[in-house]
Amino acid sequence: MSESRILAVSGRAVVLRGPDIDTDRIIPARFLKAVTFDGLEQHVFADDRQALSAAGQRHPFDHPESAGASILVVNKNFGCGSSREHAPQALYRWGIRAVVGESFADIFFSNALMLGLPCVSLSAPHIEALMTAVNGTPSLRVAVDVEHGAVSVTGSVWPVFVPAHAKDALTSGHWDGAGLLLARYEEVDAVASRLPY
Amino acid sequence: MPLTLFEKVWNQHAVRQLPTGQTQLYIGLHLIHEVTSPQAFDMLRARGWTVRAPHRTFATVDHIVPTGSQARPFTDNLAEQMTLALERNCREHKITLFNVESGRQGIVHVIGPELGLTRPGMTIACGDSHTSTHGAFGALAFGIGTSQVRDVLASQCMAMTPLKVRRIEISGHLATGVYAKDVILTVIQRLGIEGGVGYAYEYAGDTISRMSMDERMTICNMSIEGGARVGYVNPDETTIAYLKGRPFAPAGPAFDTAAARWRALASDQDARYDDVVQLNAVEVSPTITWGTNPGQSVGVRDRLPASADTEALAFMGLTSNQPIAGTRIDVAFIGSCTNGRLSDLREAARVLQGRRVAAGVRALVVPGSQAVRAAAEREGLDDVFRSAGFDWRGAGCSMCLAMNPDKLNGREVCASSSNRNFKGRQGSPTGRTLLMSPAMVAAAAVEGAVVDVRELLGVRQ
Repeated sequence: MSESRILAVSGRAVVLRGPDIDTDRIIPARFLKAVTFDGLEQHVFADDRQALSAAGQRHPFDHPESAGASILVVNKNFGCGSSREHAPQALYRWGIRAVVGESFADIFFSNALMLGLPCVSLSAPHIEALMTAVNGTPSLRVAVDVEHGAVSVTGSVWPVFVPAHAKDALTSGHWDGAGLLLARYEEVDAVASRLPY
Repeated sequence: MPLTLFEKVWNQHAVRQLPTGQTQLYIGLHLIHEVTSPQAFDMLRARGWTVRAPHRTFATVDHIVPTGSQARPFTDNLAEQMTLALERNCREHKITLFNVESGRQGIVHVIGPELGLTRPGMTIACGDSHTSTHGAFGALAFGIGTSQVRDVLASQCMAMTPLKVRRIEISGHLATGVYAKDVILTVIQRLGIEGGVGYAYEYAGDTISRMSMDERMTICNMSIEGGARVGYVNPDETTIAYLKGRPFAPAGPAFDTAAARWRALASDQDARYDDVVQLNAVEVSPTITWGTNPGQSVGVRDRLPASADTEALAFMGLTSNQPIAGTRIDVAFIGSCTNGRLSDLREAARVLQGRRVAAGVRALVVPGSQAVRAAAEREGLDDVFRSAGFDWRGAGCSMCLAMNPDKLNGREVCASSSNRNFKGRQGSPTGRTLLMSPAMVAAAAVEGAVVDVRELLGVRQ
């Protein structure tokens, strides 16, 4: 396997409040008109950022203190909607290396995993506490321990949920699973040859 | 042991358990399109891999294809480049491509079924979340991302965790003017847009049994809007009748053999489910979204909820407790993988017959495929739409996600038969979408505002 093991991620965090942030918002469809993922980081949350800027406000991704942040903190059902991998690609290329949220949409979660971008779930009260802590002190370091299932900040340690397969894939370095699927291919051929179609 | 269709199809395609604990699942049909595949082919080339099963891989161009002039090269150079990349990749890897010159082009979730590529008992993957549509045939169909497209190209397999199965039993007759779209919007409103995460939805009950394949596809299509990656309907005689004679379906005695096998795939009577919910179809009325996700909907005669989300209301320019009927629209869009099939166009045309689109409303109808367009023209539906003031266009995804020139401008409000009302979805960051059935879109186009289609159909309330 060419990938590396992902046991833990730590760094400064950026807080993005609100439930059900869909992948159209993470990366609007017009930026999918390209044959590569290059440059997607420039357009992450493009419309939300523009709307807030026009209203004289700043999107969390535009706060100067967010520059260099590697942990994204979100609420529930993050990444719902379109299956576009461009969404986790844009976040990853912007610099995000782990997402901590109340919950994640299925396809976003698996797309992120394939990039080695852990999405870990924390209870709603702990998400609120984490958001409050980070917004109060943006320079805080947040540590996401994938291996032991915990998020820690300023002395608080909270248990996070990581599905067993994701934890195994990340900590064993098998998160880009293509190699596994190509191993022992005679078993695949056997299944294919038994199919009635 | 009694099994669900999900279990039967899963078991037949399971290769082995991977070290991560996931299942390696064989994919019987891989559908690709121009937007989510070019990077996958590049990844394949970078690793020196090839396409494992080109005969199980089919391509079309739908997301970015213009629906006005489809003469090549496309006016939009980026669209042309993406199409060229798909053509080159398909040529290089010997993959069948249905391009605009083929007569078989269209939205991938429309052409798969109409060509008979989609059949019961298959595992299907496509780099598009509305792949759940194909579940209408009793297939397990997964929307996937680009890295997974690469995996399927390279290995014809995916790593997956089995889903739980929730049976959604829908019983009773739908009233005139109430459609499959209203049923699925109601299901999503009740179970929530996150309610289906981790589940496959099995749609059952006499309401579903009476539905045509087009209607079942509308239902399964929007499973993902309820959070469920997979939705399916057990195959029955309606499924079998639909498939007979389709270009890629088995023919002759092979069809009868296949049909017998398809019947046996249906969930066993005493199969166990992780959850069962019921819905009375009589309670469903024409349904419209008022907010910025597909779970935020009300019946056409209802008011917005008192506790409606304030951010969504502000974006939409609506207020809590206001009636949804009477909401002015600027654009009417009929089409998409949800509601761009022949029966959808027929229902809309029935409303439009002898009527005109209201002044100031821009109305367009985009057939889901070239075959749908041709069939509609044979019935004269294009004349009905044109006479009413609709723009009759070529096949594609069009204004569902606005990757081609069909877009909202500014804060325009669009009555749309598509599947997502997310902020910015229809091409303008401030554009507003009201999801509804194609017949309701036609009615709104005529009225210039949201109206109960039953009034135009002469149904007594």
